[in-house]
Amino acid sequence: MKWAFAALGLLAAAGCHRVPSRGPAASAFGAAIVDVGGEKQTAGVDAALDQPVVAQVNDAQGNAVAGALVQFSAPDGVRFDPPSGLTGSDGQLSTKVRLGGVSGRYSLAATTGDRNGKPLQAIFPEIALDYQQTLGQELNEKYCSRCHNPESSAERVSNHDNLSVPPHSFSDGATLNRIGRANLIAIIAHGGAALGKSPEMPPYSPTLSASDIEALAAYIRAIADPPYRPQGVFYANP
Amino acid sequence: MSLPEKLRSVRQFLFRDSARAFGSLSVVLLVLLAIVPAKDHFREWLHYQNEYQRLIRNRSDGVSLARRFQGGVQQIWLPELEVVDRCTTCHVGLKEASLAGVAAQPFRPHPPIPHALTEFGCVMCHRGQGYASTAEDAHCSTLAWEQPILPARYVESSCGQCHERPLTGTPQLSAGRDMMARYGCVRCHRVASPEGRAMTATDTPPPLNHIATKTTREWIFAWIKNPQAYATTATMPNFQLSDGDARDISAFLIGQSTPYPGDSARKNPPVPAQDDSAALQQGSSVYGESFCASCHAIQNAAGLMVGGDVGPELTRVGSKVTPEWLAEWLRNPKVYDPGTAMPHYRFEEKDIGLVMGFLGSKADSDFLAAVRLEPATPAQIAHGKTLATERGCASCHDINEIAHPENFAPELTAVGSLPLAKILFAPGIPHTLPEYISAKIRNPRSFGSALKMPRFTFSDSQVDALVTALLSQTSRAKTLPAALRIQAPPPSKYQPAGRAGQLMTDMRCFSCHTIDGRGGSMAPDLTWEGSSVQRSWLVNFLKRPNTLRPTLIRRMPKFDVSDEEADVLADYIMAVYQTPEFDREQIDASKFTAGDAAHGKDLYYGKYACNSCHILDPNKDKGYIGPTLTQVGLRMNAAWIFHWLKSAQALRPGTQELNWNMNDDDARAITAFLMQQKSAPKPGGAR
Repeated sequence: MKWAFAALGLLAAAGCHRVPSRGPAASAFGAAIVDVGGEKQTAGVDAALDQPVVAQVNDAQGNAVAGALVQFSAPDGVRFDPPSGLTGSDGQLSTKVRLGGVSGRYSLAATTGDRNGKPLQAIFPEIALDYQQTLGQELNEKYCSRCHNPESSAERVSNHDNLSVPPHSFSDGATLNRIGRANLIAIIAHGGAALGKSPEMPPYSPTLSASDIEALAAYIRAIADPPYRPQGVFYANP
Repeated sequence: MSLPEKLRSVRQFLFRDSARAFGSLSVVLLVLLAIVPAKDHFREWLHYQNEYQRLIRNRSDGVSLARRFQGGVQQIWLPELEVVDRCTTCHVGLKEASLAGVAAQPFRPHPPIPHALTEFGCVMCHRGQGYASTAEDAHCSTLAWEQPILPARYVESSCGQCHERPLTGTPQLSAGRDMMARYGCVRCHRVASPEGRAMTATDTPPPLNHIATKTTREWIFAWIKNPQAYATTATMPNFQLSDGDARDISAFLIGQSTPYPGDSARKNPPVPAQDDSAALQQGSSVYGESFCASCHAIQNAAGLMVGGDVGPELTRVGSKVTPEWLAEWLRNPKVYDPGTAMPHYRFEEKDIGLVMGFLGSKADSDFLAAVRLEPATPAQIAHGKTLATERGCASCHDINEIAHPENFAPELTAVGSLPLAKILFAPGIPHTLPEYISAKIRNPRSFGSALKMPRFTFSDSQVDALVTALLSQTSRAKTLPAALRIQAPPPSKYQPAGRAGQLMTDMRCFSCHTIDGRGGSMAPDLTWEGSSVQRSWLVNFLKRPNTLRPTLIRRMPKFDVSDEEADVLADYIMAVYQTPEFDREQIDASKFTAGDAAHGKDLYYGKYACNSCHILDPNKDKGYIGPTLTQVGLRMNAAWIFHWLKSAQALRPGTQELNWNMNDDDARAITAFLMQQKSAPKPGGAR
């Protein structure tokens, strides 16, 4: 009996020993982990995000902590390079991300432990687009974003503020999620004036095909923030 | 009891007499008969179909889903495409859009695509083994079947088997194909369409026949060692040369260089480039006013790249070129390089000095600090020539003494169907074709240090794009029905004739504008320009180009066109570039009434809200997507405006202006209103 316990104990110790410790050992601990870049990006399915995802570990005073262990995790199919590591002298760890092979929303988590081993997490929401949504994104770049995206870049100045009725940003889920699919498509196809809204929104039906307009609607739904929840389908076994 | 004795006793037990033998055999037969249904019962696909039925049973749309569900082995058979796909046996919910929220495979519906699954099947796009009936056989690579499922990130490659013309919706495939042309892949590797048309390169690698007049041996050494250290945006790859090899190649390149025909630099001493800050400021202004940044980028203090990517980056150009060469180049670039995309600017000598001063200040003393080269020996020069020949320098560059090699590297026309048996995998690389191609692009020398292929500096998404484009080059594309092929139009060889043609070549109009399918995409397509504008405006614009689009960074430079040249160009454009769609004299603007124009104004600001994008009254209007229309009555032709309002995309495919499908009355009224707009631009009015 005594021998059996000893053997069990040995086995358990060996088992514990073999638990993979992911990444190097932390040399410092923080009190908070924050998202400092790379969230809310879109990419194709299974594709690399353009920008790396960067998490920063801070202490209780908000100062960056170097040498803290950060581990990235996500649903199946997402790959990180590197999946874990120690924060640099700026308190940050950056990782290249490839999203999973299924379109939809991914929330990536960066986890670090505080001094007592309590896990701290920062969440990075990202979106993988399917074919139709990618088509919508391309059409948006060409026809819509100059007015609907209020952000200007060095190459493209936004026309958003020049309009008397400011257009909705496509990610403005709070407003656009409440517009039904038929209405959304009608506004794009027939313009604002036809639906009693601002004539500054022109009709796109003579320019874009019906499937192009569907693709735009699909893109708008895909990037809505808060996320769009379709109505009318009930799931018995989620 | 020994083994033979044991066997004997078993035989005795089973076959002692005929009745017992009959009974034993009957039992064996029954067992054998039971194997088949039992095996069927444990089939993987049956398991998935049962699971699917459990999944839909409790859903609110379960009844309709169940009605559409068909059990048993399902098959899509398309003889003309050689497709036999049984994927839908397990992927039962592929066509059920209402299952969109289901995460578990194999029950997710297929995302919407432009083709019906029943017309193309599955393996056409996803590869894999269509007629397999287990997940492993269908998805994975086996000895008998080499095509595993294509990772989702490369799926656009399958579109490229039929679609040669760029598609909206497949950005990755288009980007990859552009890269093959832009990074010189197709200069060494032949890549042809199934019809046999080889892809052509779009980059313009400089000739090296006169390189010694342009730069120093030290710069060549440092550049070929690591082009990206000189310019992060350099498209030249890294050949991973040793110091000795780089020393010898640089010696050879300097040695083979000859003076060029217009090498008047020594005859005409360069304009002294002033060195004070005021001159530097002026030089910067000339650089800005000449819109050099439309094509060339300079990295600013914040590390951001400012400018276009048509020409080379100029961040460290002061460490590269000799002042004599730069002066000559700015006077007329095509004397040095007849194939350059850079226009002949016709700068005044004073401006050349200022630009030289400004570019000279864009130097980096660290870049050449560590380079010390002894004078070259004849043996080194000879070795340099051997190296330059072996590495294929002449595939891209003109070099004296080395001819352009033919078929320098393996042909990649059918690389997307390369049999795995023919591939030598480097250690650590998964044995699939996409992984092989991607490893080859990322680090070619990992397959052998003696390989010639250089290393490119690409991001992960660029590698994905390139792999996608290469995977689209399948041998299967050749066997597809011809009706499915969407061919790209053959590359246009359009060349305008006569003196106007010479002028347009001299000013390199095609570097930015497209005419008749040939040219760049930076500036408007001029194919129908003669139907669009008024001659007097055109003459004026050629001499003094002004900004039509308020927020544009890339703009038409001023070329110091003489009166006579402007006339020649305007005559040619007005006569030749006319659309067959309508006659430009069709609408007589003088017949418009004040009532027409007033109605047009209402429509302009009301029904069509043109002011959201165009500025007509600089004090009131703010939209700045389309061109400013303050003087459109002096600029455009009435018939063009009329037809533009009806169907702009038909006149200039791909323009940002919508097809308004306006009725004739509305289009006529707005045309009348716009033709009235002839006011001189108010200084400071427009933004």
